[in-house]
Amino acid sequence: MPLLVIDSLKKGFFSPGGVRKPIVSVSSFSLEAGEQVALRGESGSGKTTFLHLIAGILAADSGSIQIDGADMAALKESARDRLRARSMGYIFQTFNLLQGYTCLENVLLGMAFGKGTDKDRAVALLERVGLQERLHHYPRQLSTGQQQRVAVARALANHPKLVLADEPTGNLDSTNAREAIALIRQTCRENNAALLLVSHDAATLGAFENVREFSSLNNPEKEASL
Amino acid sequence: MNLCKIVFRSLRQHALSTIITAASIALAGGLLMSVWSVKRQAQATFTQVNTGFDAVLGARGSQLQLVLNSIFHLENSPGNIRWTDYEYIRDHPSVKIAVPIAVGDNLRGWRIVGAIPEIFTEVEYARDRKFSFASGRNFAPTAREAVLGSYAAAKLGMKVGDTFKPAHGLDYVESHEHPEVYTIVGILAASNTPVDKVVWIPIQGVQTMTGHDPKAATDVSAVLVKLKTPQAGFSLSMMYNRQGDKLTFAYPIGRIMGDLFRKISWFDRILELVAYLVALVSAGGVLASIYNSMSARRRDIAILRALGARRRTIFSAIILEAAAIGTVGMIASFFVYAVILNVVAVIVRAQTGVVIDPWIPEKIMLIVPPAMIALCGVCGLIPAWKAYRTDIAENLTPLS
Repeated sequence: MPLLVIDSLKKGFFSPGGVRKPIVSVSSFSLEAGEQVALRGESGSGKTTFLHLIAGILAADSGSIQIDGADMAALKESARDRLRARSMGYIFQTFNLLQGYTCLENVLLGMAFGKGTDKDRAVALLERVGLQERLHHYPRQLSTGQQQRVAVARALANHPKLVLADEPTGNLDSTNAREAIALIRQTCRENNAALLLVSHDAATLGAFENVREFSSLNNPEKEASL
Repeated sequence: MNLCKIVFRSLRQHALSTIITAASIALAGGLLMSVWSVKRQAQATFTQVNTGFDAVLGARGSQLQLVLNSIFHLENSPGNIRWTDYEYIRDHPSVKIAVPIAVGDNLRGWRIVGAIPEIFTEVEYARDRKFSFASGRNFAPTAREAVLGSYAAAKLGMKVGDTFKPAHGLDYVESHEHPEVYTIVGILAASNTPVDKVVWIPIQGVQTMTGHDPKAATDVSAVLVKLKTPQAGFSLSMMYNRQGDKLTFAYPIGRIMGDLFRKISWFDRILELVAYLVALVSAGGVLASIYNSMSARRRDIAILRALGARRRTIFSAIILEAAAIGTVGMIASFFVYAVILNVVAVIVRAQTGVVIDPWIPEKIMLIVPPAMIALCGVCGLIPAWKAYRTDIAENLTPLS
């Protein structure tokens, strides 16, 4: 049984004029436990919406998103929040670290709404991403590369089964981007977490053995034409 | 990393607005408690302080004016009565002790009151408490000697052995000084009564002071009366106030002062209203402060939500934050309260000699803090609702 199974997933938004515009229409997608897949897609192709649907940040219009046996698409919002807190990590392009919290506290926050905080694990994760000297620094005191490493540690904090990464190298230079991808992939492997990454950057995608075209999965035009 | 820590971090992140808002809560809470406390303590103190007497006999007129002038040494004397009136009530079978007083002079603005020495030896100014001397002794009935109340002595900076010339009237004018020279022979220990702010000399001295009307040389301003039984006051009151038409018998002193507070109760209500309004405005400040910061917080809220925080967790955090600001403010309000009460106590003591104790615990201290904290929590409802409705996807990264 795959970790993630998506079936007939649809999501659209209403334009200001009241016209519904389909954004995501994925008939089928799956991801095995521990598998690492990169989705290539251009800006505006619906990649982020797709990840938000998987994470339960957005509610699907229809279809199902089976994650480890639970259908994210069928859950109420609070249950989606709980499932996200317990089973998923999310790495954002803009890192989305909380500026009022130290590196260590940002990582602890990644655990706070799930299975509970574990300071030793948070410290170990930060050590693993090379920030043992920066535990009590605030994000503004770090370089962008270091901030992304904190985001990686936070995404892995709650023992996730699935890590979602949305353009994680979009704000990094090429050296940092290469290091970040290697770090994300390696730490996911070490933590037995599957990784689903979306990007349009060729260098990032080049680091993956399994790269799939998002446009071949997502076909909102087909839905619109129906 | 629990909810309290998240709230604490948020307060720290918005430290300036937290401090300003908490300070306004502190002022409001302190003011609210002070208004209540001063009102209650003043009423309790002024209706209980009688310097050991049950009634005052004086010239026909206002009972309140008579009590204020004779007991609290405020206001002007309503006029004089004859020495024979004093002798009559002194010898009345219902009267335990009667002390005649004569007023009308001052020592650098501090009232001089002529009395008989027995006021410091025979009278209990409170249950089982008689006046005592911090230094020196009592004045002799016919000598040019003076005893200073503790507060007056401290403010005048005078001690036993010092001399002075009384000045005519209640306001000090150097050219109005009488030629007589009085020597201070005693300083009273503090009694926390109006006696503390008076310069006491023998009544004969005031009556016969150079420049005073010789025709009034045997008159007294009032007679302070201690009754053998409280019931006797009613028959004396009937005799002087209803059947007679020359004198006023002010009895009981506590009721007369209570009437004063009832007459000015409208002013208390205005003060209370102002304090309530200040409290409401301050609580509104909590609402405005948090609400105005919501735009800046949306991203943080969205991040917390993306990490798995539920809407109700965010809602609770904002309510808790508002209540925390209220709590910090109310803790600080006790400092504000202490400052206000101390200032009021100093003013009241300077004006009346009566001591208000700022450190007496008041029931209001148990009511106002939780009420203000709850009010702040209620004011957090609107920003909390705004936070509750924050859309995660909209406030994280732009949708691709």
